[in-house]
Amino acid sequence: MAQVMMKDLNKKYDEVHAVKDVNLHIRDKEFVVLVGPSGCGKSTTLRMVAGLEEITAGEITIGDRVVNDLPPKDRDIAMVFQNYALYPHMTVYDNMAFGLKMRKFPKPEIAKRVGEAAEILGIQELLKRKPRQLSGGQRQRVAVGRAIVRHPQVFLFDEPLSNLDAKLRVQMRVELKRLHDRLETTAIYVTHDQVEAMTLGDRVVVMKDGWIQQVGEPLELYGKPSNRFVAGFIGSPSMNFVEITVADANGALWADTPGLRVKVPPAIAGRLGAYKGQRVTLGIRPEDLRIAAGSDSADYSFDTVIEVVEPLGSEILLDLKAGPNVIVARVEPTVRAKLHDKMRLTLHQERVHFFDNKTELAI
Amino acid sequence: MAGRAGSGAGMIEGAPWRKWVFFYVPLTFFVVGTLFPFYWMLVTAFRPDGELYRPWRAVNNTPFWTTQPTVEHVLYLFKQTMFATWLWNTMFIALVSTVISLFCGLLAGYSLARLRFPLAGGLGTGIFVTYLVPPTLLFIPLADIIRDFRLGDTPWSLILTYPTFLIPFCTWLMMGYFKTIPKELEECARIDGASRVRAMVQIIFPIATPGILSAGIFAFTLSWNEFIYALVFLSSPQQKTVPVGVVSELIRGDVFFWGPLMAGALLGSVPVALIYSFFVEHYVAGLTGAVKG
Repeated sequence: MAQVMMKDLNKKYDEVHAVKDVNLHIRDKEFVVLVGPSGCGKSTTLRMVAGLEEITAGEITIGDRVVNDLPPKDRDIAMVFQNYALYPHMTVYDNMAFGLKMRKFPKPEIAKRVGEAAEILGIQELLKRKPRQLSGGQRQRVAVGRAIVRHPQVFLFDEPLSNLDAKLRVQMRVELKRLHDRLETTAIYVTHDQVEAMTLGDRVVVMKDGWIQQVGEPLELYGKPSNRFVAGFIGSPSMNFVEITVADANGALWADTPGLRVKVPPAIAGRLGAYKGQRVTLGIRPEDLRIAAGSDSADYSFDTVIEVVEPLGSEILLDLKAGPNVIVARVEPTVRAKLHDKMRLTLHQERVHFFDNKTELAI
Repeated sequence: MAGRAGSGAGMIEGAPWRKWVFFYVPLTFFVVGTLFPFYWMLVTAFRPDGELYRPWRAVNNTPFWTTQPTVEHVLYLFKQTMFATWLWNTMFIALVSTVISLFCGLLAGYSLARLRFPLAGGLGTGIFVTYLVPPTLLFIPLADIIRDFRLGDTPWSLILTYPTFLIPFCTWLMMGYFKTIPKELEECARIDGASRVRAMVQIIFPIATPGILSAGIFAFTLSWNEFIYALVFLSSPQQKTVPVGVVSELIRGDVFFWGPLMAGALLGSVPVALIYSFFVEHYVAGLTGAVKG
């Protein structure tokens, strides 16, 4: 068990600055997920922790040791790769035992640990097989088993579920979560899938272009995104963004654009005051829009026309047009929505976000 | 392989005659054309001199088979020439130079495929370019070097010069093969507790066995059949290799001793044929490169 500290971490390849000034404190027993689009530096960061990439600048500490100059084998970590990386010429047992053999564990201890791990993962009957005789899900389990037999200080996962089909991915996600609850080992998990990030992580680190955008608990990222990128990246379908002008009328601030005019909620009005007359971006999640009822204030409602209806069974996604602006709303499956119908929507006034157009930061 | 070869005819659509015209007939020509010289070698090796030097139109002439097979040419080869010594020389030289080249090629191929170092790309191309220099040019300066080191007329003159073309060959073949092995396998081994060298030896080399085997087989065959260096660097009969020995000792002036010549060629190609048939599946996999996790 150990904490992991990254201090001013940087990685430069010849021309590419892949990781920029990453500062991150991962607490003991914590499950932290690094998430972001491809090329955002999340895998590189993980590989630097593993010792597979050299650190250009900065410092990584695992437990209380600075590991910058330690080779991977001396860092006491275990890693699960996207393509499983099982040794094809060894049986499942030998795959799982390899790390222990390298560390010169006595044979009975190896057998005991492999047996335990196999039992946890339900792969006892596969121990004598070769990797090519296994299905994708089984290989994934073996790869996880190989990591847990060593009882390392930190688990590193590099997109371990990406090669699985959708159904299996959900199943393995749950298993990984259960496993972490049971083993309580610090884990760093890299994925590009925000759903995986939200469901697995105690905390989630959103990265883009080598920079950390925001670190926080899943619901914190969802509810209070620090900038437009995080707001758009977390949540599915993603947040609607509409460029509006902050207008001052009747003693209140209004978000105004052709086809859409809503009052700025009083809670935000104070902060938005400085933007009077300027263009900013309004953000509202599809689930924070609802069909306006008679009792809803006209200040927070606007008219739209239905352009696309996507019934998903548990909900309906509507693509709507408010003037020139395209907006997605998530509504109850019982709603009868027809193409080209008019629909009046109300937004949840506590969940409206505003972003500075230049800095893209949340206002 | 069998399945793949069988599907060749299956790919041709339409009437059955099309299969014959476009598949079986051309295939037969090809097979006969390829194998006939070997058959001719076999027949000549076991044909008595009386039949060999009979005029083509003589009565009872059977040019494509023999009615009185004999082993006299083989016996001649072993009794009247130093064929056994040549065989041993060839075997020794081919084996040692293959081992040297394979060792260097493995390490060089691994480095070029895996390690990041300055000029790696240039070095790879450089090694390849040396392979392109024809031996017919290279033997002139090499002869000078061999003389300076007083290695002329010893097996070492060949053992040390064959790697000049074998190492680039092995390096490139192995580099290509190593690139097909996912690098995560090795990274995982290094995290599991192995050093880079250990991961290379315990994980990568076993997986690369088909590639190593095919590089070894080709290197061995190339040195076994090599002619020009052997002809230039070796002079005394007891030092010669099979290809040079057979040609220089059994063609005297303009007289060709066809029987022993063919017997020598036949026996000389047996070891190579044996090795090929032994590892055929491995080197096919080695050349097509196939690692699945």
